[in-house]
Amino acid sequence: MTAHLPILQVIIPLMAAPICLILKRAKLVWLFSLIVSVLAFSVSVLLLQQVMTSGVISYELGGWQAPWGIEYRIDKLNAFVLLIITSISTLVLIAAQASIEKEIPKDKHTLFYVLFLLSLTGMLGIVATGDAFNVFVFLEISSLSAYALIALGKNRRALWASYQYLIMGTIGATFILIGIGLMYQMTGTLNMQDLSQRLPEVAATRTVFVAFAFVTVGLCLKLALFPLHLWLPNAYAFAPSIVTAFFAATATKVAIYLLIRFTFSVFGLSFSFTTIPLQTVFMALGLIGIFVASSTAIYQNNIKHVFAYSSISQIGYMIIGFSLSSVTGLTSTLLHLFNHALMKSAIFLALAAIMFRVGNVQLDNFRGLGRQMPLTMAAIVVGGLSLIGVPLTVGFVSKWYLLTALLEQGWWPIAALVLLASILAVVYVWRIVEVAYFKEPLPDRAPVKEAPLIFLVPIWILVIANVYFGIDTRFSVQVAESAAQSLFGVSL
Amino acid sequence: MKDLFAVIMLSGIYGLLSASFFVAMDAVDVAFTEAAVGAGISTLLMLVVITMTGRKEKPTRHKPISALFVVIITGGLLIYGTLDMPYFGAADAPIHNHTSPRYINDSMQEIGIPNIVTSVLASYRAFDTFGEVVVIFTAGIGVLAMLSVARRKEDEDDEIASINDSMHQQHLVIRIVAKMLIPFILLFALYVQFHGDFGPGGGFQAGVIFAAAIILYAMLFGLATARRVINQTFIQLIAAIGVLLYGCVGLVSLMNGGNFFDYNVLSSDPIAGQHLGILIIEWGVGCTVASVMVIIFFNFAGRRQFQSLKKQTKHTESSK
Amino acid sequence: MIVGLFNDWVVVVLMMIGLYIVIAHGNLVKKLIGLSIFQTSVFIFYISMAKVDGGTAPILADGVTQYSNPLPHVLILTAIVVGIATTALGLSLVVRIKEAYSSIEEENIQKQDNKALKQSAMEQQA
Repeated sequence: MTAHLPILQVIIPLMAAPICLILKRAKLVWLFSLIVSVLAFSVSVLLLQQVMTSGVISYELGGWQAPWGIEYRIDKLNAFVLLIITSISTLVLIAAQASIEKEIPKDKHTLFYVLFLLSLTGMLGIVATGDAFNVFVFLEISSLSAYALIALGKNRRALWASYQYLIMGTIGATFILIGIGLMYQMTGTLNMQDLSQRLPEVAATRTVFVAFAFVTVGLCLKLALFPLHLWLPNAYAFAPSIVTAFFAATATKVAIYLLIRFTFSVFGLSFSFTTIPLQTVFMALGLIGIFVASSTAIYQNNIKHVFAYSSISQIGYMIIGFSLSSVTGLTSTLLHLFNHALMKSAIFLALAAIMFRVGNVQLDNFRGLGRQMPLTMAAIVVGGLSLIGVPLTVGFVSKWYLLTALLEQGWWPIAALVLLASILAVVYVWRIVEVAYFKEPLPDRAPVKEAPLIFLVPIWILVIANVYFGIDTRFSVQVAESAAQSLFGVSL
Repeated sequence: MKDLFAVIMLSGIYGLLSASFFVAMDAVDVAFTEAAVGAGISTLLMLVVITMTGRKEKPTRHKPISALFVVIITGGLLIYGTLDMPYFGAADAPIHNHTSPRYINDSMQEIGIPNIVTSVLASYRAFDTFGEVVVIFTAGIGVLAMLSVARRKEDEDDEIASINDSMHQQHLVIRIVAKMLIPFILLFALYVQFHGDFGPGGGFQAGVIFAAAIILYAMLFGLATARRVINQTFIQLIAAIGVLLYGCVGLVSLMNGGNFFDYNVLSSDPIAGQHLGILIIEWGVGCTVASVMVIIFFNFAGRRQFQSLKKQTKHTESSK
Repeated sequence: MIVGLFNDWVVVVLMMIGLYIVIAHGNLVKKLIGLSIFQTSVFIFYISMAKVDGGTAPILADGVTQYSNPLPHVLILTAIVVGIATTALGLSLVVRIKEAYSSIEEENIQKQDNKALKQSAMEQQA
């Protein structure tokens, strides 16, 4: 069975989704999806192990040879991303049962799990595949289920946010489709590996340049790079809390993965970074994004909004690392993929717990929560420290690598600006801490109890991971570094 | 144009025109699908929606210069990109010389059915098609999550039925004609389902046609009657089973020692295995597509009824 | 050159019409129509690249040697399905938005949201 691991990774949650619809009973479905997610997680662990020891795995679907059939191609990079997605989905699903009880009407619970599994399938499919058109198909599975999940939010603004996301997302996907079409027209193939071999021949044509532009812009829409980020804050803020926790940790990561895949593996390093001034454009956009989003975060009163804007600024950090086109830079991006998933899922799960107890996440209602929900608030504080980049947390590790990468190439002004931006993070995290610990609770809010265990367990697993991987960086750094090296090895 | 009804009609015509353009471009399968979807289903859905949302568009005051700017930039970029493209119809273009010759020359030996599009769709790139089925399944679940209304009590159901009956009494001629037509439509759907190997057609088109027959029935005889014929839970079950059926073909080939979707191992003779695999997955596609289309339509129409019912109760309350 | 690329240029014009409708119009149903025009024109682009001069539909028959490329047809079959799936989901959102905001004009909805935001800010000050 080990030979079939790549396809099992995707097919397990995929087949589970319709089975959930048949099972019907919400509790049962929850248990079932949790088991499925654990299974997917173990598959991804095995995959990563296999890739680290024996190199790239290629799996031919239908037994058809690669450029004619569809190929699944697992290397270190996507094995790493698969692991991130499945681990987060498992932890988030644990808390889902209690959280959606409060936030989603009863008759929609089963549908929620079906959609959740479908969006998990979509993301895994995007990451595992080695075929450009297959990416588009699974992108649509994950996006369609995302639109529906977001629209399940209680507030009516969730509907509007979801509609906007649908429009932007579909434009993005169609752009990608145009880009893939142009590439196909010039090379006659859809397989990524095959594309990377055949593209250099035609790299000088205007058509390939335009194909690159369309794929990149489409992906930037999906990953909410400034200035294409407008759909993200509301979508995150008004979606059911569990959905936010899952998407904040995974959805934009998948888009970043695709960006790396297309620029490094498909178009090739020399084309992406020498023919096109990608470096300058991305570095500038990344920096502006960090500053604009962080300073907007400071003025938000809905805490979910605060951290949604903070996500946009964190994407900026990843893009800067990516734009350096050096091994260290890419390592920092990959590390930050992993680390940011850990911090954001911890924070948003804690917010889900607060949503569960308090009913909303307006800043005013945080008064006194430091004493009433000490464990939950402590998790937010650790997550916040990690966002700032305080030593002994994962945030520090990825920032350290980013700064090293910047200084390596002599970009010290940018490095200084990145450090300066961390101060903005201090401000928006401090606002929450101040209110939660140093203000008396509002008189008209009934005192609340600590969150139930079903929340605390996954939250604290994540918090401990935040600290653990901040101290013992062997695993994450080793995987990220060797993935980055292999990407450069391929293209050089 | 501010009248949405006219806009939708025009977009339906656009769908039909592009379908005929696809015929001219030799893409008969695509034309079939586009005619069913672009001119049929999506027009129908949009019409149902504007009966709920109103058919007039409000004029906007601001001048959309920025939109024009974005559009011109993208368009200019695309035109720039076309300059190096192979010319239209050129046989020496790269796409005709790399992967496609194998599909055209060898598919008869490898798969054994004359319609190359079906061979590629159902065997070479079966996983894409599986993804497509999952996309449509996702859409069905999404619409269900958005619009489904908790089932009302039986008596209310009867009330709706009676309203519908009186309303539809006038369409006697249409109802009789439709009653005669529906069996033929269903039969045609089955023909398309089985004929996909030899000519244009296949599971998706058959599913849409099958759903069209049921939708026609629902429109003429009232939603409640149609619901009594086709139960909601049952149709959801069919949608799920379609996806599972498709996936199980893959799982069985895994069990038999092949790769996922490797039909050669389904039977002792590879060609027979391919035939069997394609037949079953086409059924999976047909089931899911037909039932999802019905789910989507029923939920839109059901929502509409729910809204008007709510309005009525509001009226009676206020008049009291 | 003009004859050879004419098809592509028409496609670009159609695409841009669709994209313009999506961005510039405020009515939510109309936006979705624009989106589907945008997508349909991409389909035309794919299909026209599959055409070979003198070729016929890719269904094997005796005495025919030149066929059009079948692969783009397969891709577009999938893409059409994706398109209708998106449209259906979008329309269901529009119906819900109409129920919640009793309007389907972008400006109107934005205004209502801003108003609600201001109100909550006022309450906080008080």
